[in-house]
Amino acid sequence: MRIAIASGKGGTGKTTLAVNLATLLAETKSTLLLDLDVEEPNSGIFIKGKELGVHKAVRMVPQWDQKACSLCGKCPPYCRYNAVIRLGDYIMVLPELCHSCHACSELCPEAALPMQAMPLGTIRQYRADNLDFVESRLDIGLEQASPLIAQSLSYADQHFATHQYQILDSPPGTSCAMISATKTADYVILITEPTPFGLYDLSLAVQTMRHLGIPFGVVINRWGIGNSDVLDYLEREDIKLLAKIPHSREIASSYSKGSMLYHAFSEFDEALQQIATHLEARS
Amino acid sequence: MKEIVCISGKGGTGKSSVVSALSWIARENLVVTDCDVDAADLHLIFAPVARQTEEFHSGIKAVIDPDKCIGCALCAQKCRFDAIVKRGKIFEVQALDCEGCGYCYHLCPAGAITLPEQAVGQWYISDTRFGCSLVHARLGIGADNSGKLVAKVKNEAKALAQRETKDFLLVDGSPGIGCPVISSLSGADAVLMVTEPSLSAQSDLQRLWELIQKFRIPAACIINKADINPDISVQIKKWLKKVGIRHLADLDYDTDFQIAITNGKSVTEVNYAKWHPIFTAIWDGLKEIQ
Repeated sequence: MRIAIASGKGGTGKTTLAVNLATLLAETKSTLLLDLDVEEPNSGIFIKGKELGVHKAVRMVPQWDQKACSLCGKCPPYCRYNAVIRLGDYIMVLPELCHSCHACSELCPEAALPMQAMPLGTIRQYRADNLDFVESRLDIGLEQASPLIAQSLSYADQHFATHQYQILDSPPGTSCAMISATKTADYVILITEPTPFGLYDLSLAVQTMRHLGIPFGVVINRWGIGNSDVLDYLEREDIKLLAKIPHSREIASSYSKGSMLYHAFSEFDEALQQIATHLEARS
Repeated sequence: MKEIVCISGKGGTGKSSVVSALSWIARENLVVTDCDVDAADLHLIFAPVARQTEEFHSGIKAVIDPDKCIGCALCAQKCRFDAIVKRGKIFEVQALDCEGCGYCYHLCPAGAITLPEQAVGQWYISDTRFGCSLVHARLGIGADNSGKLVAKVKNEAKALAQRETKDFLLVDGSPGIGCPVISSLSGADAVLMVTEPSLSAQSDLQRLWELIQKFRIPAACIINKADINPDISVQIKKWLKKVGIRHLADLDYDTDFQIAITNGKSVTEVNYAKWHPIFTAIWDGLKEIQ
Protein backbone atom coordinates (compact mmCIF):
# COMPACT_ATOMS: atom_id res chain seq x y z
CA MET A 1 0.00 0.00 0.00
CA ARG A 2 1.45 3.30 -1.13
CA ILE A 3 0.54 6.26 1.11
CA ALA A 4 1.54 9.80 0.21
CA ILE A 5 1.70 12.50 2.87
CA ALA A 6 0.97 15.84 1.27
CA SER A 7 -0.35 19.33 1.98
CA GLY A 8 -1.05 22.48 0.04
CA LYS A 9 0.68 24.76 2.50
CA GLY A 10 4.32 24.18 3.37
CA GLY A 11 5.54 23.63 6.91
CA THR A 12 2.39 21.95 8.21
CA GLY A 13 4.18 18.79 9.37
CA LYS A 14 4.49 16.44 6.38
CA THR A 15 8.00 15.31 7.24
CA THR A 16 7.23 15.01 10.96
CA LEU A 17 4.28 12.76 10.22
CA ALA A 18 6.09 10.77 7.51
CA VAL A 19 9.17 9.87 9.56
CA ASN A 20 7.27 9.03 12.74
CA LEU A 21 4.47 7.12 11.04
CA ALA A 22 6.94 5.10 8.97
CA THR A 23 8.92 4.27 12.11
CA LEU A 24 5.78 3.07 13.89
CA LEU A 25 4.61 0.98 10.92
CA ALA A 26 8.07 -0.55 10.49
CA GLU A 27 7.87 -2.07 13.97
CA THR A 28 5.47 -4.71 12.71
CA LYS A 29 5.27 -4.43 8.90
CA SER A 30 7.79 -4.15 6.08
CA THR A 31 7.90 -0.41 5.42
CA LEU A 32 9.67 1.97 3.05
CA LEU A 33 9.92 5.70 3.68
CA LEU A 34 10.57 7.60 0.43
CA ASP A 35 11.44 11.31 0.63
CA LEU A 36 10.07 12.87 -2.55
CA ASP A 37 10.47 16.50 -1.45
CA VAL A 38 13.43 16.45 -3.81
CA GLU A 39 14.00 20.23 -3.76
CA GLU A 40 14.33 20.32 0.03
CA PRO A 41 14.56 16.75 1.41
CA ASN A 42 14.54 16.67 5.22
CA SER A 43 13.48 13.17 6.29
CA GLY A 44 17.16 12.22 6.50
CA ILE A 45 17.62 14.68 9.36
CA PHE A 46 15.35 12.46 11.48
CA ILE A 47 16.13 8.99 10.15
CA LYS A 48 19.71 7.95 10.78
CA GLY A 49 20.42 4.75 8.93
CA LYS A 50 23.22 2.82 7.31
CA GLU A 51 23.75 3.82 3.69
CA LEU A 52 23.25 0.78 1.45
CA GLY A 53 23.51 2.32 -1.98
CA VAL A 54 23.81 5.51 -4.01
CA HIS A 55 22.23 5.94 -7.42
CA LYS A 56 23.03 8.92 -9.61
CA ALA A 57 19.87 9.91 -11.44
CA VAL A 58 20.32 11.41 -14.90
CA ARG A 59 18.17 13.05 -17.49
CA MET A 60 18.60 12.87 -21.24
CA VAL A 61 19.27 16.07 -23.16
CA PRO A 62 20.14 16.44 -26.85
CA GLN A 63 23.60 17.54 -27.89
CA TRP A 64 24.26 19.11 -31.27
CA ASP A 65 26.54 17.19 -33.64
CA GLN A 66 27.73 19.95 -35.94
CA LYS A 67 29.36 17.58 -38.45
CA ALA A 68 26.19 15.57 -38.97
CA CYS A 69 23.84 18.58 -39.11
CA SER A 70 22.58 19.78 -42.52
CA LEU A 71 21.01 22.92 -40.98
CA CYS A 72 17.61 21.93 -42.35
CA GLY A 73 15.98 24.03 -39.61
CA LYS A 74 13.35 21.46 -38.59
CA CYS A 75 14.40 21.01 -34.95
CA PRO A 76 13.60 24.43 -33.41
CA PRO A 77 9.87 24.22 -34.22
CA TYR A 78 9.75 20.61 -32.93
CA CYS A 79 10.71 21.86 -29.46
CA ARG A 80 7.74 23.22 -27.51
CA TYR A 81 9.98 24.48 -24.73
CA ASN A 82 12.28 26.69 -26.85
CA ALA A 83 15.22 24.56 -25.73
CA VAL A 84 16.55 24.15 -29.30
CA ILE A 85 17.29 27.38 -31.13
CA ARG A 86 19.11 28.28 -34.32
CA LEU A 87 21.61 31.12 -34.38
CA GLY A 88 22.93 31.55 -37.90
CA ASP A 89 24.82 28.36 -38.74
CA TYR A 90 24.65 27.08 -35.18
CA ILE A 91 22.08 25.04 -33.31
CA MET A 92 22.04 25.78 -29.62
CA VAL A 93 20.51 23.50 -26.97
CA LEU A 94 19.46 25.07 -23.66
CA PRO A 95 19.47 22.11 -21.23
CA GLU A 96 17.56 23.97 -18.48
CA LEU A 97 14.54 24.31 -20.76
CA CYS A 98 14.62 20.73 -22.09
CA HIS A 99 11.91 18.30 -20.92
CA SER A 100 13.67 15.19 -22.32
CA CYS A 101 10.87 14.35 -24.74
CA HIS A 102 13.35 13.14 -27.40
CA ALA A 103 11.28 14.72 -30.22
CA CYS A 104 14.08 16.81 -31.77
CA SER A 105 16.55 13.97 -31.43
CA GLU A 106 14.41 11.24 -32.97
CA LEU A 107 12.79 13.43 -35.63
CA CYS A 108 16.11 14.88 -36.87
CA PRO A 109 16.65 13.45 -40.40
CA GLU A 110 20.44 13.50 -39.94
CA ALA A 111 20.52 12.12 -36.37
CA ALA A 112 22.47 15.25 -35.49
CA LEU A 113 20.95 15.68 -32.01
CA PRO A 114 21.95 12.53 -30.09
CA MET A 115 20.66 12.36 -26.52
CA GLN A 116 23.24 12.47 -23.76
CA ALA A 117 22.95 11.92 -20.04
CA MET A 118 23.16 14.95 -17.72
CA PRO A 119 23.06 14.94 -13.92
CA LEU A 120 19.62 15.25 -12.33
CA GLY A 121 20.04 14.27 -8.70
CA THR A 122 20.96 11.54 -6.26
CA ILE A 123 18.87 8.68 -4.89
CA ARG A 124 20.29 7.22 -1.67
CA GLN A 125 19.08 4.08 0.04
CA TYR A 126 19.39 3.51 3.79
CA ARG A 127 18.35 0.99 6.39
CA ALA A 128 17.47 2.19 9.90
CA ASP A 129 16.51 -0.69 12.20
CA ASN A 130 13.40 -2.18 10.55
CA LEU A 131 12.80 0.75 8.24
CA ASP A 132 13.97 1.06 4.65
CA PHE A 133 14.54 4.69 3.73
CA VAL A 134 15.19 6.22 0.31
CA GLU A 135 16.06 9.88 -0.09
CA SER A 136 15.94 11.67 -3.40
CA ARG A 137 17.77 14.98 -3.84
CA LEU A 138 17.55 17.27 -6.85
CA ASP A 139 20.74 18.95 -8.07
CA ILE A 140 20.59 22.66 -7.21
CA GLY A 141 19.69 24.93 -10.12
CA LEU A 142 17.52 22.39 -11.94
CA GLU A 143 13.94 23.52 -12.44
CA GLN A 144 12.01 20.30 -12.84
CA ALA A 145 11.43 18.11 -9.82
CA SER A 146 8.93 15.79 -11.51
CA PRO A 147 11.39 13.66 -13.56
CA LEU A 148 13.38 12.84 -10.43
CA ILE A 149 10.19 12.08 -8.50
CA ALA A 150 9.13 9.69 -11.28
CA GLN A 151 12.52 7.96 -11.23
CA SER A 152 12.39 7.64 -7.43
CA LEU A 153 8.97 6.01 -7.62
CA SER A 154 10.33 3.56 -10.22
CA TYR A 155 13.21 2.85 -7.85
CA ALA A 156 10.68 2.03 -5.13
CA ASP A 157 8.76 -0.21 -7.56
CA GLN A 158 11.95 -2.10 -8.42
CA HIS A 159 13.32 -2.59 -4.93
CA PHE A 160 10.38 -2.46 -2.55
CA ALA A 161 7.35 -3.70 -4.49
CA THR A 162 6.55 -6.33 -1.87
CA HIS A 163 6.76 -4.00 1.14
CA GLN A 164 3.47 -3.71 2.98
CA TYR A 165 3.75 0.05 3.31
CA GLN A 166 5.44 2.70 1.19
CA ILE A 167 5.21 6.10 2.88
CA LEU A 168 5.91 9.03 0.54
CA ASP A 169 6.97 12.41 1.97
CA SER A 170 5.65 14.73 -0.76
CA PRO A 171 6.63 18.27 -1.77
CA PRO A 172 4.33 21.16 -0.72
CA GLY A 173 1.94 22.95 -3.06
CA THR A 174 -0.68 21.60 -5.43
CA SER A 175 1.23 21.82 -8.70
CA CYS A 176 3.36 19.48 -10.87
CA ALA A 177 5.75 18.21 -8.18
CA MET A 178 3.00 17.47 -5.65
CA ILE A 179 0.90 15.77 -8.31
CA SER A 180 3.85 13.64 -9.47
CA ALA A 181 4.44 12.53 -5.89
CA THR A 182 0.82 11.65 -5.12
CA LYS A 183 -0.66 10.37 -8.35
CA THR A 184 0.49 6.74 -7.95
CA ALA A 185 -0.56 6.54 -4.28
CA ASP A 186 -3.35 4.26 -3.05
CA TYR A 187 -4.19 6.73 -0.32
CA VAL A 188 -3.17 10.28 0.53
CA ILE A 189 -2.94 11.87 3.97
CA LEU A 190 -3.34 15.64 3.75
CA ILE A 191 -1.88 17.41 6.76
CA THR A 192 -2.95 20.93 7.62
CA GLU A 193 -2.99 23.44 10.45
CA PRO A 194 -6.15 25.08 11.82
CA THR A 195 -5.53 28.58 10.45
CA PRO A 196 -7.15 30.35 7.46
CA PHE A 197 -3.91 29.81 5.48
CA GLY A 198 -3.93 26.11 6.33
CA LEU A 199 -7.61 25.76 5.51
CA TYR A 200 -7.46 27.59 2.19
CA ASP A 201 -4.48 25.55 1.01
CA LEU A 202 -6.11 22.35 2.30
CA SER A 203 -9.18 23.09 0.17
CA LEU A 204 -6.90 23.38 -2.90
CA ALA A 205 -5.21 20.09 -2.01
CA VAL A 206 -8.62 18.43 -1.54
CA GLN A 207 -9.74 19.62 -4.98
CA THR A 208 -6.49 18.29 -6.44
CA MET A 209 -7.02 14.85 -4.86
CA ARG A 210 -10.59 14.74 -6.13
CA HIS A 211 -9.31 15.68 -9.58
CA LEU A 212 -6.82 12.80 -9.39
CA GLY A 213 -9.46 10.47 -7.99
CA ILE A 214 -7.34 9.30 -5.05
CA PRO A 215 -8.95 8.54 -1.67
CA PHE A 216 -7.65 10.74 1.12
CA GLY A 217 -8.06 11.69 4.76
CA VAL A 218 -6.94 14.69 6.78
CA VAL A 219 -4.70 15.17 9.80
CA ILE A 220 -4.85 18.48 11.66
CA ASN A 221 -1.52 19.45 13.15
CA ARG A 222 -0.96 22.12 15.84
CA TRP A 223 -4.52 21.70 17.03
CA GLY A 224 -5.16 24.54 19.47
CA ILE A 225 -3.84 27.44 17.39
CA GLY A 226 -6.12 29.37 15.03
CA ASN A 227 -9.77 28.31 15.10
CA SER A 228 -12.01 25.32 14.45
CA ASP A 229 -13.22 26.30 10.95
CA VAL A 230 -11.39 23.31 9.51
CA LEU A 231 -13.68 20.91 11.42
CA ASP A 232 -16.76 22.53 9.87
CA TYR A 233 -15.12 22.31 6.46
CA LEU A 234 -14.35 18.57 6.86
CA GLU A 235 -17.88 17.87 7.98
CA ARG A 236 -19.43 19.89 5.15
CA GLU A 237 -17.25 18.17 2.57
CA ASP A 238 -17.68 14.74 4.18
CA ILE A 239 -13.93 14.24 4.56
CA LYS A 240 -12.45 11.73 7.00
CA LEU A 241 -10.57 13.33 9.90
CA LEU A 242 -7.82 10.87 10.77
CA ALA A 243 -6.35 12.57 13.82
CA LYS A 244 -5.61 15.85 15.56
CA ILE A 245 -2.07 16.47 16.77
CA PRO A 246 -2.12 18.98 19.63
CA HIS A 247 -0.03 22.14 19.41
CA SER A 248 2.90 22.17 21.77
CA ARG A 249 5.98 24.32 21.99
CA GLU A 250 7.91 21.30 23.29
CA ILE A 251 7.07 19.38 20.10
CA ALA A 252 8.25 22.33 17.99
CA SER A 253 11.48 22.52 19.95
CA SER A 254 12.03 18.76 19.68
CA TYR A 255 11.41 18.91 15.92
CA SER A 256 13.93 21.75 15.57
CA LYS A 257 16.69 19.47 16.88
CA GLY A 258 15.84 16.70 14.46
CA SER A 259 14.47 14.44 17.22
CA MET A 260 11.81 11.78 16.70
CA LEU A 261 8.50 12.51 18.42
CA TYR A 262 7.31 8.89 18.48
CA HIS A 263 7.80 7.43 21.97
CA ALA A 264 8.62 10.94 23.29
CA PHE A 265 5.17 12.61 23.40
CA SER A 266 2.21 10.47 24.42
CA GLU A 267 -0.37 12.80 22.84
CA PHE A 268 1.53 12.54 19.56
CA ASP A 269 1.77 8.73 19.82
CA GLU A 270 -1.97 8.58 20.30
CA ALA A 271 -2.64 10.51 17.08
CA LEU A 272 -0.10 8.39 15.24
CA GLN A 273 -1.76 5.20 16.45
CA GLN A 274 -5.16 6.39 15.21
CA ILE A 275 -3.71 7.00 11.76
CA ALA A 276 -1.95 3.61 11.71
CA THR A 277 -5.17 1.85 12.72
CA HIS A 278 -7.04 3.53 9.88
CA LEU A 279 -4.35 2.55 7.37
CA GLU A 280 -4.39 -1.04 8.58
CA ALA A 281 -8.15 -1.17 8.07
CA ARG A 282 -7.69 0.08 4.51
CA SER A 283 -4.90 -2.30 3.48
CA MET B 1 12.14 50.56 -8.82
CA LYS B 2 13.58 47.85 -6.61
CA GLU B 3 12.27 44.31 -6.69
CA ILE B 4 12.55 42.32 -3.45
CA VAL B 5 11.69 38.60 -3.39
CA CYS B 6 10.78 36.89 -0.13
CA ILE B 7 11.56 33.14 -0.10
CA SER B 8 12.51 30.51 2.44
CA GLY B 9 13.40 27.12 0.96
CA LYS B 10 11.32 25.42 3.64
CA GLY B 11 7.60 26.08 3.69
CA GLY B 12 5.73 27.48 6.68
CA THR B 13 8.54 29.63 8.08
CA GLY B 14 6.41 32.78 7.92
CA LYS B 15 7.03 34.30 4.48
CA SER B 16 3.47 35.51 4.01
CA SER B 17 3.28 36.93 7.55
CA VAL B 18 6.51 38.85 6.96
CA VAL B 19 5.38 40.07 3.53
CA SER B 20 2.07 41.22 5.03
CA ALA B 21 3.77 43.19 7.80
CA LEU B 22 6.31 44.80 5.45
CA SER B 23 3.58 45.66 2.95
CA TRP B 24 1.62 47.35 5.69
CA ILE B 25 4.69 49.43 6.68
CA ALA B 26 5.51 50.46 3.10
CA ARG B 27 1.95 50.46 1.75
CA GLU B 28 2.18 53.90 0.17
CA ASN B 29 5.23 53.11 -1.91
CA LEU B 30 4.96 49.56 -3.22
CA VAL B 31 3.14 46.99 -5.28
CA VAL B 32 2.85 43.49 -3.78
CA THR B 33 2.62 40.23 -5.70
CA ASP B 34 1.87 36.69 -4.55
CA CYS B 35 4.03 34.34 -6.62
CA ASP B 36 3.19 31.24 -4.57
CA VAL B 37 0.58 30.60 -7.24
CA ASP B 38 -0.35 27.02 -6.31
CA ALA B 39 -0.90 27.80 -2.62
CA ALA B 40 -1.46 31.56 -2.60
CA ASP B 41 -2.48 33.00 0.79
CA LEU B 42 -1.84 36.75 0.76
CA HIS B 43 -5.40 37.45 -0.37
CA LEU B 44 -6.55 36.24 3.07
CA ILE B 45 -4.76 39.23 4.63
CA PHE B 46 -5.10 41.86 1.90
CA ALA B 47 -8.81 41.33 1.10
CA PRO B 48 -8.25 42.15 -2.57
CA VAL B 49 -10.98 43.40 -4.89
CA ALA B 50 -10.00 42.64 -8.46
CA ARG B 51 -10.06 45.56 -10.87
CA GLN B 52 -8.65 43.43 -13.67
CA THR B 53 -9.04 39.66 -14.20
CA GLU B 54 -7.23 37.79 -16.97
CA GLU B 55 -7.15 34.19 -18.13
CA PHE B 56 -3.71 32.69 -18.55
CA HIS B 57 -3.08 30.12 -21.28
CA SER B 58 0.24 28.38 -21.60
CA GLY B 59 1.47 25.16 -23.10
CA ILE B 60 -0.52 22.44 -24.82
CA LYS B 61 -1.79 18.95 -24.20
CA ALA B 62 -2.25 16.28 -26.84
CA VAL B 63 -5.72 14.99 -27.70
CA ILE B 64 -6.38 11.97 -29.94
CA ASP B 65 -9.48 12.02 -32.11
CA PRO B 66 -10.99 8.54 -31.57
CA ASP B 67 -12.60 8.62 -35.03
CA LYS B 68 -9.26 9.14 -36.74
CA CYS B 69 -7.00 6.92 -34.57
CA ILE B 70 -5.92 3.79 -36.50
CA GLY B 71 -4.49 2.06 -33.43
CA CYS B 72 -0.91 1.83 -34.73
CA ALA B 73 0.52 2.48 -31.24
CA LEU B 74 3.39 4.61 -32.53
CA CYS B 75 2.47 7.51 -30.24
CA ALA B 76 2.27 5.29 -27.16
CA GLN B 77 5.62 3.67 -27.96
CA LYS B 78 7.41 6.99 -28.39
CA CYS B 79 5.85 8.98 -25.55
CA ARG B 80 8.54 9.44 -22.88
CA PHE B 81 5.96 10.29 -20.24
CA ASP B 82 3.83 7.15 -20.60
CA ALA B 83 0.88 9.45 -21.14
CA ILE B 84 -0.77 7.47 -23.94
CA VAL B 85 -2.74 4.32 -23.12
CA LYS B 86 -4.72 1.78 -25.12
CA ARG B 87 -8.51 1.86 -24.78
CA GLY B 88 -9.95 -1.02 -26.78
CA LYS B 89 -8.43 -0.79 -30.25
CA ILE B 90 -7.47 2.86 -30.12
CA PHE B 91 -5.33 5.12 -27.99
CA GLU B 92 -6.06 7.89 -25.54
CA VAL B 93 -3.97 10.61 -23.87
CA GLN B 94 -4.04 10.78 -20.09
CA ALA B 95 -4.03 14.52 -19.64
CA LEU B 96 -2.41 14.43 -16.19
CA ASP B 97 0.65 12.63 -17.53
CA CYS B 98 0.95 14.58 -20.80
CA GLU B 99 3.95 16.92 -20.69
CA GLY B 100 2.78 18.87 -23.74
CA CYS B 101 5.84 18.17 -25.89
CA GLY B 102 3.83 17.54 -29.06
CA TYR B 103 6.09 14.70 -30.24
CA CYS B 104 3.08 12.43 -30.85
CA TYR B 105 1.49 15.09 -33.09
CA HIS B 106 4.46 14.90 -35.46
CA LEU B 107 4.50 11.09 -35.44
CA CYS B 108 0.84 10.23 -35.99
CA PRO B 109 0.40 8.83 -39.54
CA ALA B 110 -3.37 9.35 -39.37
CA GLY B 111 -3.29 13.01 -38.36
CA ALA B 112 -5.47 12.10 -35.38
CA ILE B 113 -3.68 14.23 -32.79
CA THR B 114 -4.34 17.88 -32.01
CA LEU B 115 -2.58 20.12 -29.50
CA PRO B 116 -5.08 22.49 -27.90
CA GLU B 117 -3.72 25.27 -25.68
CA GLN B 118 -4.24 24.85 -21.95
CA ALA B 119 -5.95 27.19 -19.54
CA VAL B 120 -3.45 27.39 -16.68
CA GLY B 121 -5.33 29.74 -14.39
CA GLN B 122 -6.32 33.32 -13.78
CA TRP B 123 -4.36 36.33 -12.63
CA TYR B 124 -5.66 39.52 -11.09
CA ILE B 125 -4.73 43.12 -10.40
CA SER B 126 -6.54 44.11 -7.22
CA ASP B 127 -7.14 47.01 -4.88
CA THR B 128 -6.51 46.05 -1.27
CA ARG B 129 -7.52 47.31 2.13
CA PHE B 130 -3.87 48.37 2.64
CA GLY B 131 -4.21 50.85 -0.23
CA CYS B 132 -1.44 49.26 -2.30
CA SER B 133 -2.15 47.14 -5.38
CA LEU B 134 -1.81 43.35 -5.25
CA VAL B 135 -1.07 41.24 -8.31
CA HIS B 136 -1.99 37.62 -7.66
CA ALA B 137 -3.08 34.47 -9.41
CA ARG B 138 -4.91 31.24 -9.09
CA LEU B 139 -3.47 28.16 -10.73
CA GLY B 140 -6.14 25.83 -12.08
CA ILE B 141 -6.56 22.54 -10.19
CA GLY B 142 -4.18 19.99 -11.69
CA ALA B 143 -2.68 22.57 -14.07
CA ASP B 144 0.97 22.58 -15.11
CA ASN B 145 3.21 25.50 -15.86
CA SER B 146 3.19 27.17 -12.45
CA GLY B 147 6.62 28.62 -13.31
CA LYS B 148 5.20 30.37 -16.36
CA LEU B 149 2.30 31.76 -14.35
CA VAL B 150 4.80 33.07 -11.77
CA ALA B 151 6.76 34.79 -14.54
CA LYS B 152 3.56 36.29 -15.93
CA VAL B 153 2.33 37.57 -12.56
CA LYS B 154 5.72 39.03 -11.72
CA ASN B 155 6.12 40.82 -15.04
CA GLU B 156 2.63 42.31 -14.73
CA ALA B 157 3.39 43.43 -11.17
CA LYS B 158 6.64 45.04 -12.29
CA ALA B 159 4.91 46.93 -15.08
CA LEU B 160 2.21 48.04 -12.64
CA ALA B 161 4.76 49.31 -10.10
CA GLN B 162 6.34 51.38 -12.86
CA ARG B 163 2.96 52.74 -14.01
CA GLU B 164 2.06 53.63 -10.44
CA THR B 165 5.57 55.13 -9.96
CA LYS B 166 6.19 53.08 -6.83
CA ASP B 167 9.75 52.55 -5.64
CA PHE B 168 9.31 48.91 -4.58
CA LEU B 169 7.88 45.61 -5.73
CA LEU B 170 7.58 43.04 -2.95
CA VAL B 171 7.24 39.43 -4.09
CA ASP B 172 5.95 36.57 -1.91
CA GLY B 173 7.57 33.44 -3.34
CA SER B 174 7.06 29.66 -3.19
CA PRO B 175 8.79 27.13 -0.99
CA GLY B 176 11.43 24.90 -2.55
CA ILE B 177 14.19 25.70 -5.01
CA GLY B 178 12.58 24.52 -8.27
CA CYS B 179 10.85 26.14 -11.19
CA PRO B 180 8.47 28.61 -9.46
CA VAL B 181 11.29 29.85 -7.20
CA ILE B 182 13.71 30.18 -10.11
CA SER B 183 11.00 32.12 -12.00
CA SER B 184 10.46 34.46 -9.07
CA LEU B 185 14.22 35.09 -8.69
CA SER B 186 14.76 36.05 -12.30
CA GLY B 187 15.28 39.82 -12.46
CA ALA B 188 15.12 40.40 -8.68
CA ASP B 189 17.28 43.11 -7.05
CA ALA B 190 17.33 41.63 -3.55
CA VAL B 191 16.22 38.49 -1.73
CA LEU B 192 14.74 38.35 1.75
CA MET B 193 15.04 34.88 3.24
CA VAL B 194 12.77 33.92 6.12
CA THR B 195 14.02 30.98 8.10
CA GLU B 196 13.48 29.36 11.49
CA PRO B 197 15.92 27.69 13.86
CA SER B 198 15.43 24.03 13.00
CA LEU B 199 17.84 21.61 11.36
CA SER B 200 15.35 21.22 8.50
CA ALA B 201 15.01 24.94 7.83
CA GLN B 202 18.76 25.40 8.14
CA SER B 203 19.46 22.72 5.55
CA ASP B 204 16.81 24.18 3.24
CA LEU B 205 18.26 27.68 3.67
CA GLN B 206 21.69 26.49 2.63
CA ARG B 207 20.35 24.82 -0.51
CA LEU B 208 18.39 27.99 -1.31
CA TRP B 209 21.51 30.12 -0.90
CA GLU B 210 23.38 27.90 -3.36
CA LEU B 211 20.63 28.62 -5.86
CA ILE B 212 20.56 32.38 -5.17
CA GLN B 213 24.31 32.59 -5.71
CA LYS B 214 23.84 31.36 -9.26
CA PHE B 215 21.77 34.52 -9.84
CA ARG B 216 24.25 36.77 -7.96
CA ILE B 217 21.47 38.54 -6.08
CA PRO B 218 22.28 40.14 -2.70
CA ALA B 219 20.37 38.66 0.22
CA ALA B 220 19.20 39.39 3.73
CA CYS B 221 17.70 37.03 6.30
CA ILE B 222 15.17 37.05 9.13
CA ILE B 223 15.13 34.24 11.70
CA ASN B 224 11.53 33.69 12.72
CA LYS B 225 10.65 31.93 16.01
CA ALA B 226 14.33 32.42 16.92
CA ASP B 227 13.78 31.47 20.58
CA ILE B 228 12.42 27.99 19.73
CA ASN B 229 16.02 26.84 19.49
CA PRO B 230 18.55 29.53 20.46
CA ASP B 231 21.55 27.29 19.71
CA ILE B 232 20.53 26.74 16.11
CA SER B 233 19.69 30.47 15.79
CA VAL B 234 23.28 31.26 16.79
CA GLN B 235 24.60 28.70 14.32
CA ILE B 236 22.51 30.20 11.52
CA LYS B 237 23.74 33.72 12.36
CA LYS B 238 27.36 32.55 12.24
CA TRP B 239 26.72 30.97 8.88
CA LEU B 240 24.99 34.11 7.53
CA LYS B 241 27.99 36.20 8.53
CA LYS B 242 30.41 33.74 6.96
CA VAL B 243 28.69 33.65 3.57
CA GLY B 244 27.87 37.38 3.48
CA ILE B 245 24.11 37.48 4.05
CA ARG B 246 22.89 40.41 6.12
CA HIS B 247 21.00 39.31 9.23
CA LEU B 248 18.13 41.77 9.67
CA ALA B 249 16.26 40.49 12.71
CA ASP B 250 15.40 37.68 15.09
CA LEU B 251 11.66 37.46 15.66
CA ASP B 252 10.53 35.68 18.79
CA TYR B 253 7.90 32.96 18.90
CA ASP B 254 4.78 35.01 19.55
CA THR B 255 1.10 34.12 19.33
CA ASP B 256 0.56 37.53 17.67
CA PHE B 257 1.41 35.79 14.39
CA GLN B 258 -1.32 33.16 14.81
CA ILE B 259 -3.80 35.79 16.01
CA ALA B 260 -2.99 37.95 12.99
CA ILE B 261 -3.43 35.13 10.45
CA THR B 262 -6.59 33.90 12.13
CA ASN B 263 -8.12 37.37 11.92
CA GLY B 264 -6.91 38.19 8.43
CA LYS B 265 -4.53 40.89 9.70
CA SER B 266 -0.84 41.70 9.63
CA VAL B 267 1.04 41.51 12.95
CA THR B 268 1.65 45.25 12.71
CA GLU B 269 -2.10 45.74 12.97
CA VAL B 270 -2.59 43.23 15.78
CA ASN B 271 0.12 44.64 18.04
CA TYR B 272 1.31 47.95 16.66
CA ALA B 273 3.43 48.90 19.65
CA LYS B 274 5.55 45.78 19.41
CA TRP B 275 5.78 45.04 15.70
CA HIS B 276 5.71 48.44 14.02
CA PRO B 277 9.24 49.40 15.12
CA ILE B 278 10.59 45.91 14.36
CA PHE B 279 9.23 45.73 10.82
CA THR B 280 10.08 49.37 10.13
CA ALA B 281 13.69 48.55 10.99
CA ILE B 282 13.57 45.43 8.78
CA TRP B 283 12.17 47.44 5.88
CA ASP B 284 14.81 50.15 6.33
CA GLY B 285 17.47 47.45 6.36
CA LEU B 286 16.06 45.86 3.23
CA LYS B 287 16.11 49.15 1.36
CA GLU B 288 19.87 49.32 1.92
CA ILE B 289 20.59 45.85 0.50
CA GLN B 290 22.31 46.05 -2.86
